[in-house]
Amino acid sequence: MFKKTNSDAATAASSKIEVTPAMFSSAPVKVSAKTGLVMAFFTLLVLLAFGVYGSPKGVTFQLNEAGTWLSVPDFTVSSNAFSLLLGGILGFVTLASTALTIANRPTPMWLSLFFGLVGATSLLAWLAAGASVPLPFILSNAVVLAVPIILGALGGVMSERVGVVNIAIEGQLLTGAFVAAVVGSLTDNLWLGLITAAIASALLSMSLASLAIKYLVDQIIIGVLINVLVIGVTNFLYSQWLAGDGKNSNFPGTFEIVKIPVLSDIPIIGEALFANRVTVYITLLLVPLVWFMLFRTKLGLRARAVGEHPLAADTVGINVARTRFWWVTAGGAIAGIGGAALTIGNVGAFGREMSGGLGFIALAVVILGRWQPFYVSAAALLFGFAIIMRIWANQVSPGIPTDFITMVPYLVTLIAVAGFAGKVKPPAASGQPYSKS
Amino acid sequence: MSKKSDLKKASLPVNPDGDKATNVIREIMSASFTRVILSIVLGFAIGAIFMILFNEDVVATYETFFSNPGDTFMASLKVLADGYGGLLKGAIFNPEGRDLVAMFRPITETFRLAAPLIMAGLGIALTFRVGLFNIGATGQIVMGLAGATWISTRVDLPYGIHMVVAVIVAIICAALWGAVVGLLKARTGAHEVIVTIMLNYVALNFFTWLLRTPELLLEANGGGTPKSDPPADTAMLPTLFGDMYKIHIGIFFAVAAAFIYWLLMDRSAIGYRFKMVGHNMSAARAAGIKVESTFIWAMAVSAAFAGLAAANQGLSETGGITTSINANIGFDAITVALLGGNSAKGIFAAGLLFGAFKAGSPAMQVAGVSPEILGVVQALIVLFIAAPPLIKAFFRLPEPEVK
Repeated sequence: MFKKTNSDAATAASSKIEVTPAMFSSAPVKVSAKTGLVMAFFTLLVLLAFGVYGSPKGVTFQLNEAGTWLSVPDFTVSSNAFSLLLGGILGFVTLASTALTIANRPTPMWLSLFFGLVGATSLLAWLAAGASVPLPFILSNAVVLAVPIILGALGGVMSERVGVVNIAIEGQLLTGAFVAAVVGSLTDNLWLGLITAAIASALLSMSLASLAIKYLVDQIIIGVLINVLVIGVTNFLYSQWLAGDGKNSNFPGTFEIVKIPVLSDIPIIGEALFANRVTVYITLLLVPLVWFMLFRTKLGLRARAVGEHPLAADTVGINVARTRFWWVTAGGAIAGIGGAALTIGNVGAFGREMSGGLGFIALAVVILGRWQPFYVSAAALLFGFAIIMRIWANQVSPGIPTDFITMVPYLVTLIAVAGFAGKVKPPAASGQPYSKS
Repeated sequence: MSKKSDLKKASLPVNPDGDKATNVIREIMSASFTRVILSIVLGFAIGAIFMILFNEDVVATYETFFSNPGDTFMASLKVLADGYGGLLKGAIFNPEGRDLVAMFRPITETFRLAAPLIMAGLGIALTFRVGLFNIGATGQIVMGLAGATWISTRVDLPYGIHMVVAVIVAIICAALWGAVVGLLKARTGAHEVIVTIMLNYVALNFFTWLLRTPELLLEANGGGTPKSDPPADTAMLPTLFGDMYKIHIGIFFAVAAAFIYWLLMDRSAIGYRFKMVGHNMSAARAAGIKVESTFIWAMAVSAAFAGLAAANQGLSETGGITTSINANIGFDAITVALLGGNSAKGIFAAGLLFGAFKAGSPAMQVAGVSPEILGVVQALIVLFIAAPPLIKAFFRLPEPEVK
């Protein structure tokens, strides 16, 4: 155990090639049992707190808006009985994970996601004992709140996959939010706002990229400073300009809600995914697009090669600096759209520091989702879900310490980065400058 | 001083194969005095451009710019005089004060607001020197605040002892929270940047919960807002000049902290070990230093400095404690540490500069210039320091000879 962590810590900071025991022997590396332990803990929590000590009152799950094409009736169950059932399912998943560990195979990501989904359902059932759970409402809010996180994290994935750590997501989101609101108001054209938001954020990323790639300035430091700079500039412009002249410069409104026929009538998820603003649809397109680019095209293969082993990539003729520069820039453009989703895709005006740490959450989401667009989106939804849960839990059962619900995603991220949910392996050259010499 | 720093530089050459983070940090540390001054000048200059471009009075003169360019020029000068003049008036000396006491109030405010920045900045700098990037000062300060608030509002102790106990508890709470980061880093290899960011949010939510709960920290007769009582009189940090000025003994804490930092990092075996891990982890390990426990101790000591900053905040507030009392010190401290070049003296000076920014803000606001511009100036100054190519390109500085 201690030997392994030594080499882990060493590779985290040095640019040397990692020397692992696996290089010298073909003995299988043991799969850690931590995942099973964490699952067992949460299973017990659900069984005891929500099940055994839960309330026997009924809880009604509302699955879709009334009177739609594919109407599914609400169903009502007893809160604690339902939680016991879900706890049982969680128990099975835990057993399955443990069995996999004994067979020395890692727990697949989809199983962990399923575990999380069931756990979240039992939380809903526990919170709403004696009331009803408006699933379409909760989910569609969770999606809207998750969109900036997803897009910010996609930008982060693109930049980390080529080996540039992007701490500046917060600054990119804020830039996008600001530019979208201002340009959208001044030109009275939301699409123009959206496009300029992407461009502005891409330009910001270019400065990050060139400082990190060409001048080899430490990527973390430069990212932190870009955040501070953007917060400063937007705060200044907000109080000096927007606050006094809000009607003309900070009143863009939001995109219309577009209902896609048929699809939006699907129970549970239809309302959330297919009766929303265009920013949500852009996200629905971008996530698979980025995944395809990264994992199914020559361009993506090159990008990943640069992020894993720049020297090898350089040797086979890939221009490391140029690849890094353009991927970081493109990632910045996507994060800028995420920022626009905050203003013209949700609130309808810019507010001081309105990204409020979402960029840092996106940073965590990148790791939680293991640098893979689909998993990243799922992780972002977890955060979106937690935000709306806090608001909703306050209404449905006042007195519950909602601060702890807010804490959950952060703790889950901590558990994940600490290796309790399988080994998290970043792109090998992430954060390391590369210079030909 | 100059001789000593030359020696230090000579014995620690930039190692091209070494840890890249420490190379950058060394570059920052070796930033020449000229470069620091140039960065500050350039930061203020760009801030001035922003102030002029977005000022209504100046914008109004644009219409007649070609017939009467003097107007634009005068209006621009007036904005600068109002803005930076206001900063000086608010942060150094106010010649328009009613009496002498009021005239000298600004400088005392600068010292008062600089104190927590210096303390937290020292903590961040310590982790930089160990090769760790600690963004967690916010969370550590919040946990320190939780401890200080508990002792100062819920425990009865005699005058003097109460304050000392509250300060110590704040330091311990923060140090434990910091040690968690070191532990996770050492045991699991988790990157400290992510761990500290997550722990910041956990700490903030935890503290909010404490403040919300009547049995714990919620103020007497408190309502829905998470807020505690102000600290008991016996636990308050004593003011230096009675009721005349708000400045309290926190600034002495800052001086003491800077001295301890210097002693620890430049005069002790522990500090030597810290720096060795920061310079070259493999070499340190080969030399028999326990790198893992060094991470834990470094994070704990760093957080202890943040805890002192928390005590400074929590034990001087007369209006009750809320989560916003951490006043973004955790993040400002990063810029303080970077500008201060990780040396005790440098951090003290950098803390004073940014303390002056905070002290001068209200006066700028009164003068009609949005003080948020100082945030831009602050970020630019540190950006120029941290990215030497920028300032070198701008002023066409020669390459430094010593490498």
